[in-house]
Amino acid sequence: MSDERDAGPERLGYATRGIEYEEPLLFERSRPGRVGYSLPASDVPDADPAAALDPSWLRSDVPALPELSEVDVVRHFTRLSTWNAAVDLGLYPLGSCTMKYNPKINEWAARLPGFARAHPLQPVAQSQGLLELMWRLEQALAEISGMDRVSLQPAAGAQGELAGIMMIRAYHEHRGEKRHKVLVPDSAHGTNPASAALNDYEVETIPSGRDGVLHPEAVERAMNEDVAALMITNPSTLGLFEPHIAAICDLVHARGGLVYGDGANLNALLGIARPGDLGIDVMHFNLHKTFSTPHGGGGPGSGPVGVKNILAPYLPIPVVRRLEQAEGEGFALDYEFPRSIGRLHANFGNVGMFVRAWAYIRSLGPDGLRRCAEMAVLNANYLLARLRHAWHVPIDRTVMHECVLSDKDLEPSGVTTLDVAKRLIDYGYHPPTVYFPLIVHGALMIEPTESESLEGLDRFADALLAIADEARRDPDWVRTAPHRTRLARLDETRAARRPVLRWQPASSD
Amino acid sequence: MADYEIPNDLRYTREDEWCRVEGSRVVVGVTDYAQQQLGDIVFVELPAVGSTVERGEPFGVIESVKAVSDLYAPISGEVVEVNGDLADHPEHVNEDCYTDGWMITIEPSDPDEVGTLLDAKTYRTHVEERSTE
Repeated sequence: MSDERDAGPERLGYATRGIEYEEPLLFERSRPGRVGYSLPASDVPDADPAAALDPSWLRSDVPALPELSEVDVVRHFTRLSTWNAAVDLGLYPLGSCTMKYNPKINEWAARLPGFARAHPLQPVAQSQGLLELMWRLEQALAEISGMDRVSLQPAAGAQGELAGIMMIRAYHEHRGEKRHKVLVPDSAHGTNPASAALNDYEVETIPSGRDGVLHPEAVERAMNEDVAALMITNPSTLGLFEPHIAAICDLVHARGGLVYGDGANLNALLGIARPGDLGIDVMHFNLHKTFSTPHGGGGPGSGPVGVKNILAPYLPIPVVRRLEQAEGEGFALDYEFPRSIGRLHANFGNVGMFVRAWAYIRSLGPDGLRRCAEMAVLNANYLLARLRHAWHVPIDRTVMHECVLSDKDLEPSGVTTLDVAKRLIDYGYHPPTVYFPLIVHGALMIEPTESESLEGLDRFADALLAIADEARRDPDWVRTAPHRTRLARLDETRAARRPVLRWQPASSD
Repeated sequence: MADYEIPNDLRYTREDEWCRVEGSRVVVGVTDYAQQQLGDIVFVELPAVGSTVERGEPFGVIESVKAVSDLYAPISGEVVEVNGDLADHPEHVNEDCYTDGWMITIEPSDPDEVGTLLDAKTYRTHVEERSTE
């Protein structure tokens, strides 16, 4: 029954199969003598490499590089590109990753020649427009977050975190305090303990309550003068707003500690609540999540870090500064920060992302940003409302921007979260984040973002409801999914245990 | 609830390691519950022979298709043997976690320490508590 249902050309959910190519490696496409260029004969004499270079630098054999025509190469990469799942093709519901649509006006702005062709070593006097944009973006992020100062340097969220914890360490060291511990809730992103450990801090895990949120009592039990900081994500990775955040920050501050805010989930708060007002001392922003710069597939990311004034002396250098009136009009790069943690990135960070994020912030304006958060939260709650009767919801509360389901109710069928993720591909969806947060067994973490229309959300909910139904009626079909993809289920275990890391020629001649 | 093998003659930790006393030495691995929760194990990183481990501190890393976890030393002492087969055959942890899937042998710094670990009955209760959550 199932085989017939999935074998035909008819639609499953909203996914169909059209023109789709098998594509060998470029090495396998290679044919001797085929070229993609036509050059005139050389008008300079041939040089003997052995005479020009030390002979030890010469290789004895010619590398087996592929020989291809231009059209071979163009088709190869274009075909590969059609295998991509992308937010420009459909919903990309990766929880905690905020895969929102990236408006094309951002790309227009980033391609303006003054930004696109700026060189990092160009004199400051010739880069005033870009410096002004950076300064204004810093001001905007500070206003959005309630922080006092921002540095745009970190290359992505994890480096923003690293920068934040480095500043916290520098702050305590400057005060002559030796603190050894960082507190991290059990719902945290894995990068939080990693950032702490890289700064030589011992990590102590704080359990969340049964209601999924962090309670002041749990923090109080762990808090003492040996704790440098608490790292907290709000909303948490369960998609829940931490209602005790202000009391928790007070507890940490009372013992001389600082609070790091993981900004990965800032999308839910835009224009509504400011981490700085809640008591956070330092946080990072993910421009590639919240502010719609490209995410995944090479981005690159951008993870600015914002601080309260007490941490401003430790910001990475250089710092963009608006000139004082006496100095004239314009912007400068300051390097004279003796307590700075130093440079974090070559030059000034991933500058192209600053232009995109600034375009996004200015095209939406304050009201538009607030509307993003409202719609992101509404969409997540709409999905949850449509799914909660058919799916186990470990913490069934009103959520923020994402919701977490589990495979618990599917247990009798033997279908697991991994199988559900694979089956979603048949329905035309990139699977959500799975098996995270770790505190939920078999988690499916869904973040629809504000980009999706009501119809788009309904289609996705229909697919998940259909899969829950299939799991009960026909579990084997779900457990062997995907069935409609170019390749059937891959053996991920074998790929990890016995990876084939490079192509080898069939013969060496 | 899934069925987990918990041999009566072993001692256990709350972090799901088992210990088997062999003469003066203690063999350590992860339990059936741990390997089932982790799923297919793809990599196990173990300490060198001669290194010392401290109770409750990580002594290695175990990676499955789902997650990467620390391995915690059940007792303090010196590592006197390491299961080198796991480098090429991490699947032994899934297939025979109490035999071929053993990880390290410890010469305990305190011979009585292993007696303070959980017995099979207490560990089973600990597993069941988590399974019903």
